[in-house]
Amino acid sequence: MNSWMVALLLLAVLSLAYQQGWSLSRRLATPEGRLHSRPAYHGSLVAIWTIAPALVIFGLWALFGTSASRAFILANLPAEIVDTGGAALQSAIQRVRAIASGFGVAGEVQPYEAAAGEALRRFQLIASATVLAAAAAFAGVSLYFARRRIATRLRARNEVERLVRYLLLACSGVAILTTLGIVLSLVFEAARFFTFVSPIDFFFGTVWNPRFSTTGAGSGQYGLLPLLWGTVMVAGIAMFVALPIGLMTAIYLSQYAKPRVRSIVKPMIEILAGIPTIVYGFFALVTVGPALSAFGASIGVDIRATSALTAGIVMGIMIIPFISSLSDDILRQVPRAMIDGSIGLGATQSETIKRVVLPAALPGIVGAFLLAVSRAIGETMIVVLAAGNSPFLRANPGEPISTVTVTIVNQLTGDQDFASPQSLVAFALGLTLFVMTLFLNMAALYIVRRFREQYE
Amino acid sequence: MTDLSQNASPTDGSQARLKRIRAGLGKRHAREKRFRLYGIVAIAAALTFVAILFAMILSKGLPAFQQATLTVPVTFSQELIDLEPRPVRESGQSAADFRAADLRWQRDVTLVNWNRVVEDAVRSLAPGSEISSRDLQSLIDSAERFKLRDAFVANPNLLGQTVDMQLLASANADNWLKGNINRDLPDSQQQLSAPARALADELYADGNIRMAFAWHIFTNTDSRSAPASAGLAGAFMGSLYMMMVVIVLAVPIGVASAIYLEEFAPKNRLTDIIEVNINNLAAVPSIVFGLLGAAVFINYFRLPLSAPIVGGLVLTLMTLPTIIIATRSSLRAVPPSLRQAALGLGASKTQTVFHHVLPVTYPGILTATIIGVAQALGETAPLLLIGMNAFVASVPGSPFDQSTALPVQIYLWQGNENRNFFEARTSAAIIVLLALMISLNAIAIFLRSRLERRR
Repeated sequence: MNSWMVALLLLAVLSLAYQQGWSLSRRLATPEGRLHSRPAYHGSLVAIWTIAPALVIFGLWALFGTSASRAFILANLPAEIVDTGGAALQSAIQRVRAIASGFGVAGEVQPYEAAAGEALRRFQLIASATVLAAAAAFAGVSLYFARRRIATRLRARNEVERLVRYLLLACSGVAILTTLGIVLSLVFEAARFFTFVSPIDFFFGTVWNPRFSTTGAGSGQYGLLPLLWGTVMVAGIAMFVALPIGLMTAIYLSQYAKPRVRSIVKPMIEILAGIPTIVYGFFALVTVGPALSAFGASIGVDIRATSALTAGIVMGIMIIPFISSLSDDILRQVPRAMIDGSIGLGATQSETIKRVVLPAALPGIVGAFLLAVSRAIGETMIVVLAAGNSPFLRANPGEPISTVTVTIVNQLTGDQDFASPQSLVAFALGLTLFVMTLFLNMAALYIVRRFREQYE
Repeated sequence: MTDLSQNASPTDGSQARLKRIRAGLGKRHAREKRFRLYGIVAIAAALTFVAILFAMILSKGLPAFQQATLTVPVTFSQELIDLEPRPVRESGQSAADFRAADLRWQRDVTLVNWNRVVEDAVRSLAPGSEISSRDLQSLIDSAERFKLRDAFVANPNLLGQTVDMQLLASANADNWLKGNINRDLPDSQQQLSAPARALADELYADGNIRMAFAWHIFTNTDSRSAPASAGLAGAFMGSLYMMMVVIVLAVPIGVASAIYLEEFAPKNRLTDIIEVNINNLAAVPSIVFGLLGAAVFINYFRLPLSAPIVGGLVLTLMTLPTIIIATRSSLRAVPPSLRQAALGLGASKTQTVFHHVLPVTYPGILTATIIGVAQALGETAPLLLIGMNAFVASVPGSPFDQSTALPVQIYLWQGNENRNFFEARTSAAIIVLLALMISLNAIAIFLRSRLERRR
């Protein structure tokens, strides 16, 4: 059964049902007995009720159809082939499917294959006919009952609107399900990891050395601290770069710049926010790293091309527009009267900004800062390319370093078995990252909301 | 006395104060100027970063769109291509048997010594040269022999004919001719041997090798053995499928939940939780969504590894909060009078929203969609965790086939061992990605201005 054909068929049934409801309700409408709802609503109601059971049936078939036909093939193959299992069984199933589809297989066809193929062809024919017939029958029955319900007094509009509302509610449930999925998958997989390694060794260990192991045995050391230290160091350097530049940009654009200048400069800086992080990573690796290293050599400091400093500086550049546009919004919310009052008392503009505007906007700016920190902690590609991936506790920012996000990527992109501690540790790291960013975000959102309420 | 002193002291005092203020004024104004300058310096620094970034990528990437291409007369000589004619499907032959026979023939075609065909073709341009065949082969990209094979498979009548064909020079020859390699380095440090370099220069001087626009970047897939012919077609299609999944899933779901939360939701505990939850979800690091995809879609539902459908699902979940938040703010911007007017005329709540409020917000929803799609287009980290960093040398035919994505291809290329060549190729890929994102945004701006004008 071709899925396009099914879709076309469903569409045809849909329009037929709609037309039925529409014309029937129209015929009922008389000058004395007016319809409660317009014919279009009656049509929609009939269409929805007609199509829903058919959709459920096709959905069930899509979910279980493949496994059902596989079970049927297994039942028709000789027992010795089923018992061998593995690749031989897979290829036998493939061959039977190819024979059943009429395409045939190259080479000699075994008699049992031909028999199984013929049986499968009949099975598929019967199964698809059954599914189709069941869907049609259900659609017909529900069409009949939906039609019978049509009356002048039927509140079709209210019913359709209620269904629409349920649909909308279901859509907003997707966001909740996503969060639930994230939390559950992180917690469950992390719990599996903690059956290999004790949480104390993980959270307080100072050595990161997950030895390569194909057996899945828990050997190696999984200390979080070197990674956490790297994360904090890179994020710290990034904020050191981004905060002064971003904040001063926001102050200038919101307090000094003429509207024309603002309308040109602001989008240009926001270009930085739209650039994919992999591009920043490449920029760090190819341009910033070597430049920093050469600069370090010229002043007699040893800076490696891939180091915490390189990654931090480039990440700072990435975060500038984030800080500047958030702070810009907040600075512009400070009431005009406060600024005018300060200027009226003879303060210069910069004194007004430093003594009136910034203190008033401080909570909002702290919120923006926290959001930016959470962004820096979760950033991956820049650090993957430019931090050098060396998980040791080091204080020198000129040395390579590793972070939580880099290690997640490293542990999950190898050839490791998913159930090995080497892979599962990624989920424990992800959980740590998730909790850290969650706290930062909650704090930031709370502070920003309080700030907004204060001046609204 | 007291009177006098009282009269005199305020004037004295105010005079003194005035003096003090005047004296401090210069300093304060200087401070004002300095503060203003800090602002200008910060903006200049930010803009300089933008400029350096673009200058670096353009200067490195643009040369990669021009590639050394050799135009040679290729002879499909009968001695080298000693084959039976291509099989034709006989009556009574099953489709599978015919395909097997055809594949057998194609395998025989592949086994022809195409290297020799290429070598003979290039040698005909430099008749006097004593160059060894190995050195000569090193000038031509190793995938070009398959181009000859494909041309022959497509048109077996070429047998015995001589046709002019364009062959890509190898990555090393391209680097040498573009001057990316220091020409003074000794032989031991050069990738190409001395005779090969001499021949490349000679062919270039004769105009047999030209710098031609590298269309193959857009039509070929990734290639490891033949770097010069590596292209973006597979990654591009992978990204396209993912964007389709994101648009089909994220936009309807996102807009629907924004409408529900903004227009219908009663103020209660549940909707509060949904709201806080969405705001938090928007700030969850993208790599966490990758972990979700690896654990749920790959490991639990057993969806195929490195398929665009999985990438699309992960990116959908990631962009959903962005679309919801942006759509909500554009719904909030609709004046309440519009709703009151519709409700006052007897429209139901649903009719008000779908017939009156929603059409006004189309430009806002469009912008939200584009922001979300652009964000998804540039995302790399979650895709690495669901296996999209695998090497795939084919263009995916459906969202269920293996593929990579544009940002992942950039990641793979920057890690290639042939740094000298792939730095330019990576920058070229970045240019393609940025151009896509810029045109997406341009389309959004254009459509929005049209939609807004119509109102």
